[in-house]
Amino acid sequence: MTAATPTTTRRPAFWRNVRVLRVTFQAVFLVAVVGFLLFLLDNTVYNLKQRGFPTGLDSFDYLRQPAGFAIPDSDFRSSQSLLDALIVGVQNTIKVAVLGIVLATILGVLIGVARLSSNWLVRKAAALYVETFRNIPVLVIILFWYLGVMIRLPPIRDAVEVLDLLAISNRGTVVPWFDKVGAGVAFGLFALVAFAAAVVVWIWRTRRFDRTGEPHHRVIWSVGVLLLLLAVGFAVSGRPWTVTTPEVGELSTTGGFRLAPEYAALLVALSLYTASHIAEIVRGAILSVPRGQSEAADAVGLSGFQRLRHIVLPQAFRISIPPISNQYLNLTKNSSLGIAISYYEVTKVTQVSIAQSAPAVQAILLLMGIYLVLSLTIAFVTNLVHRRMTLKGRR
Amino acid sequence: MATRVDTLEPMPEPERPPTRKLTPREWVRENLFGSTLDAILTVLFALLLAWVAYRVGKFVFFDARWEVVERNITNLMVGGYPRDELWRIWAALFVLAAALGFGAGAIGVQRRREIAEGRAYPVGKGGLRRLGPLLLLVVVLLWFAQSFEALVLVVAVSAVGALFNVLGRRTPQRLERYVPLLVLAGVLVAFFVVASFGGVGWNLWGGLLLTVFLAVAAILLSFPIGVLLALGRRSTFPAVRVVCVAYIELFRGVPLIAILFMAFFMIGFFLPEGVDPPSLVTRAIIGFVLFTSAYVAEIVRGGLQSVPAGQIEAAQALGLSPFRTTRRIVLPQALRAVIPALVGQFISLYKDTSLVFIIGLTELLAIAQNITKQPDFLAQGLYVETLVFVSFVYWTGSYWMSRESQRLERRLGLGER
Repeated sequence: MTAATPTTTRRPAFWRNVRVLRVTFQAVFLVAVVGFLLFLLDNTVYNLKQRGFPTGLDSFDYLRQPAGFAIPDSDFRSSQSLLDALIVGVQNTIKVAVLGIVLATILGVLIGVARLSSNWLVRKAAALYVETFRNIPVLVIILFWYLGVMIRLPPIRDAVEVLDLLAISNRGTVVPWFDKVGAGVAFGLFALVAFAAAVVVWIWRTRRFDRTGEPHHRVIWSVGVLLLLLAVGFAVSGRPWTVTTPEVGELSTTGGFRLAPEYAALLVALSLYTASHIAEIVRGAILSVPRGQSEAADAVGLSGFQRLRHIVLPQAFRISIPPISNQYLNLTKNSSLGIAISYYEVTKVTQVSIAQSAPAVQAILLLMGIYLVLSLTIAFVTNLVHRRMTLKGRR
Repeated sequence: MATRVDTLEPMPEPERPPTRKLTPREWVRENLFGSTLDAILTVLFALLLAWVAYRVGKFVFFDARWEVVERNITNLMVGGYPRDELWRIWAALFVLAAALGFGAGAIGVQRRREIAEGRAYPVGKGGLRRLGPLLLLVVVLLWFAQSFEALVLVVAVSAVGALFNVLGRRTPQRLERYVPLLVLAGVLVAFFVVASFGGVGWNLWGGLLLTVFLAVAAILLSFPIGVLLALGRRSTFPAVRVVCVAYIELFRGVPLIAILFMAFFMIGFFLPEGVDPPSLVTRAIIGFVLFTSAYVAEIVRGGLQSVPAGQIEAAQALGLSPFRTTRRIVLPQALRAVIPALVGQFISLYKDTSLVFIIGLTELLAIAQNITKQPDFLAQGLYVETLVFVSFVYWTGSYWMSRESQRLERRLGLGER
């Protein structure tokens, strides 16, 4: 290329030098962006000062003030600080998100499989479910479960009791729960040992399977060992826990564990809504497994369940991890809609504290930061799983 | 992707697997009672579905007290919009019907020609059946409105739509490329008929009108921003890339309600002294645009990645500048591929507009909640009636759009391998 043109030692003029142009352009771009952000920051600081809010290093000192509001269904009292309130809020968010993710996954996979059932009625019922829940705003579903179901349940003295195990009323659903009556330390040690033993058994069964190819049944083995050791430990350490069932009184229930109506409504609504999206993902993933795989499974004589369990679902699962992890993120973010039914998750706590004269700018930035951390954590975990599940050497 | 091979002989049709004609009896046996487990499942699900149908039917046709919806149907549609100016909304509906009818006609005739010339394949059934969910919505709304005037106007609007549909089919072929612009212009004219010329500013809009306006305004405004962000994310300039990635990840990692809070509580702080903060509806639009543009950016990025590298290399070999490569080669292909995903984003935006109810705007859901607190209906627990009505309105709209987007996906031959 250069051979044809006479070589020049002269460099191009600097305004035509690509490297100079690139650096200049980026510098101008950065200056514009940073300048805009500084402009906003400057205005914000000015406006905050006008209203008498601190803007310096003490901006977040408001978190040490007493909250001035109580959080229902928690030990939080209004004399505790706003920081403590936020921590309770984050805990409530996580409580909904974790259980919601588990329920939505189970329901979503079941419905996704049902959508491809050979049974016409099952297929149509699953399609009806998906099309119904996918096309209604999640906020409407949440309000429906709260206003239309949970608080319409009978009052406590007429609570519906199911086999003495559940007590359902408009003050929440009470389920049997463990109650601590003795020292739990000994049992805790037993539990640790049992868990370690279960892991060892799991590894042993896996290795044996790798060596001999005999069925490993590692789930049955290790869970069996775990339960057995736990039962022995429970008896030996003097039965430190008992199960209490709910007793319905005139104005309240005693015993058991109470799920507040707000929590139950949010959990059910988020699970149902997200399950409809997960079902679609699972269906798409199953359809994307080449049909030859199923036919081969049939040809070697696997049963329908075995085909699903060992051939189709593992391959479908692998492709569906990224979109499903997106749904987990959505569920976590949608838990902020608990605000509409006064479930005290972190958004509701922020809203109430702004109403209680916390500075809006700091409080909202903090809220966004908390959600970013939650989102990044979920993304990190699902990425780890994805990396482990991806076939090596295939991208 | 189907490729056409030009041969002298027409390609022989591939032989299809033989299809059996099943008698109803055989069909039932194969699809419902294939095995013992199947039979059990069929009975269980039949009972379950019958129970759901019974409960829903009993509620909708006997137990529900629809009076709360009937008396507030205008509130639910337009909220606090001044009643003297309702004619503007009807006029806007006429304009919209004309524009959309014309566009549908022009695109339909274009499609038919492509199919006839073998450049495209027919997809599903066409015609009025595609409007099914929307027709259902209109019938239910008219039922609740119980107004002869509204019925006449709806019939007139439909007639105008049908008329312009016929006109659209006669579009000369060389003008076809301007049809999308014409439709967009129609939407804008409809907007100005309501909002300008002594009309009603959007701060007074409410109900379904506000819901649809928020969704349309947000998607139209976030589209260009999203495209720029997507291009920026794939830019060769590290500085531009970092800024775009930061923006996208920030707004995708945070729930919409937190962004709406930001738009409502913080915008006032961002502005210099002496500048009045924008109205509540404007703030909501800003919040939605900030949020949606990040999602649009990710969708468009997917489209950009789907453009084969050879296309760009070919453009460079022809000596096109980077700008023209993007404008003429990359973007047309990328955007075409992401239309269904953008429709999906619009659907979720349409549903997400319900969140502004938390901030205190009177869109559809807020009105549905507020009318249960009217003196005549107070403390009667009519939440279920209004929520079912609202769900129905959201459901018909977004179900219709998702069906259309699936159709579009098949038509563009995406997701086929």
